Amino acid sequence: MVSYDDVPRSDSSSDFDMLLNMGPQHPSTHGVFRMLLKIDGEVVTHAEPHIGYLHRGSERLTEVEQYHQVVTLMDRLDYLSNFNNEWVYCRAVEKLIGVNIPERAEYIRVILGELNRIASHLLFIGTFGLDIGAMTPVMFAFRGRERIQSLFESVSGARMMHNYFHIGGLKEDLPENFSDNISRLIPILREDIEETDRLLSFNELFVSRTKGVGVISKELAIDYGWTGPCLRACGVGYDVRRTEPYSVYDRFDFKIPTTLDGDCWDRYFVRVMEIYESLSIVEQALEQMPDGSVNVMGRRLVRPAKNDVYMKAENPRGEIGIYLISDGSDKPYRLKVRPPSFCNLSALKELITDTYVADAVVILGSLDIVLGEVDR
Amino acid sequence: MLGSIKGMFVTLKSAFKKPVTDEYPDKRRPVEARYMGFPALTWDYEVIEPFCTACMVCIRDCPTQCMTASMKDNVLYKEEKSHRRKIVDKFEINLNRCILCGICVEVCNFDAIVMSHEHEMSVQERNGDRVDLIELLDMGKRFQKDTKWIPPSQLKKRSSVSDKPPIVSPSDKDGI
Repeated sequence: MVSYDDVPRSDSSSDFDMLLNMGPQHPSTHGVFRMLLKIDGEVVTHAEPHIGYLHRGSERLTEVEQYHQVVTLMDRLDYLSNFNNEWVYCRAVEKLIGVNIPERAEYIRVILGELNRIASHLLFIGTFGLDIGAMTPVMFAFRGRERIQSLFESVSGARMMHNYFHIGGLKEDLPENFSDNISRLIPILREDIEETDRLLSFNELFVSRTKGVGVISKELAIDYGWTGPCLRACGVGYDVRRTEPYSVYDRFDFKIPTTLDGDCWDRYFVRVMEIYESLSIVEQALEQMPDGSVNVMGRRLVRPAKNDVYMKAENPRGEIGIYLISDGSDKPYRLKVRPPSFCNLSALKELITDTYVADAVVILGSLDIVLGEVDR
Repeated sequence: MLGSIKGMFVTLKSAFKKPVTDEYPDKRRPVEARYMGFPALTWDYEVIEPFCTACMVCIRDCPTQCMTASMKDNVLYKEEKSHRRKIVDKFEINLNRCILCGICVEVCNFDAIVMSHEHEMSVQERNGDRVDLIELLDMGKRFQKDTKWIPPSQLKKRSSVSDKPPIVSPSDKDGI
């Protein structure tokens, strides 16, 4: 464990420098994240992030679980986008055993994955507003998220830890009232999002707190391995759904929103625009969705041949990668996750040095980390 | 300034709307039909015994090893009242370990385990979350009564009979 004495003192530090311990129980760190900040007055002169408080050994645990049981662990990586995590793992195993899943299952996965993206971004918008001091948007954002989660509950039986995507398709078909529910949900959801957007996005106080704060250049962002909305806020239109379309994403007409400045407001606004795109993808997928079966594997035990596979996908937080090695048994030999939050978080030290303490909170919030995924 | 006024306007508008939240302990929102609460064991009202034969499939497939069970010879089978040769003797689930994934229900061959709609299970005792067979069956009976539960295998049989006439393929005739 690092103590206060281990933090290097720069030559320029005056006698008035103070060490401030932020976290792991600080509300603005969105989980159990700890930072040691050295501050000179209001300015952060040095920052030392510490992770690992939520380490649960998920990657090691996959080695003692059978392939179909590992899905439950994937739910718990990024616990705000559970469907997306299950999806990328299932795709990795399906590629390993060479199974093509039915079209209907692909469409249902797209619909649920995009709805999960909306739910995750809504939570970001709400909590980001809270970080800055806007107390109202979180109510509207959570109202919308709650509606999506109720829909998830009717589909999978759980609000967060679904275990609904199975290797070879889905656990079961959608419930009968799903089309009614979702056609009722989408207009309400759009209204919710528009209300939040109107309230927060161009509010003068909000803009003055976020615009020009935590600016990162395009090159530096790429060097740090940034992906997802954070990278797209720097003007790089990189989205796995577009660059390497997986599933049925090549059949939808959607834009990849990008902004140019790479500051906190841009990172926020890219996500807002992404919500609208996700809604349009859901609508298109609902129109195109065919009938048919949703699972090709049934209850067969998965036992892939000796091989390895890398699979990536676009999660709400960026590009998630799964590297899976099988040794021919019914359990993975090794499963390595490339978490988007971790890579985005790695630039934090650079971003918050020489900013104000209050802005450090804003910058950390704008990265939208989930500690379950950072620490695994 | 304009943003603040806009914000106040939203506040004013919301003041006249109905609240979207429920006052929880007084008003409970009903759960969805597929809701996965804590697992429970079902009761066969036709034979008057549990469905479970303690075949251990769910126990082997549980990702967290939260269950244990043992079986015994079925007395009703000897009296030719039941078709189950073995029956569950002891069954214990540690609900603290259970992660509500529903894998046990998927793998069960006898419709014996269900994800009930129970989700308020705080207890006073240290080991109070380790529920035994009697309590599990009680939970299951409550679930069966509340949802008018029909065993999924019967449901499948019924729908296949009513929807389409059975097509006997050559392989079926041979009994393969």
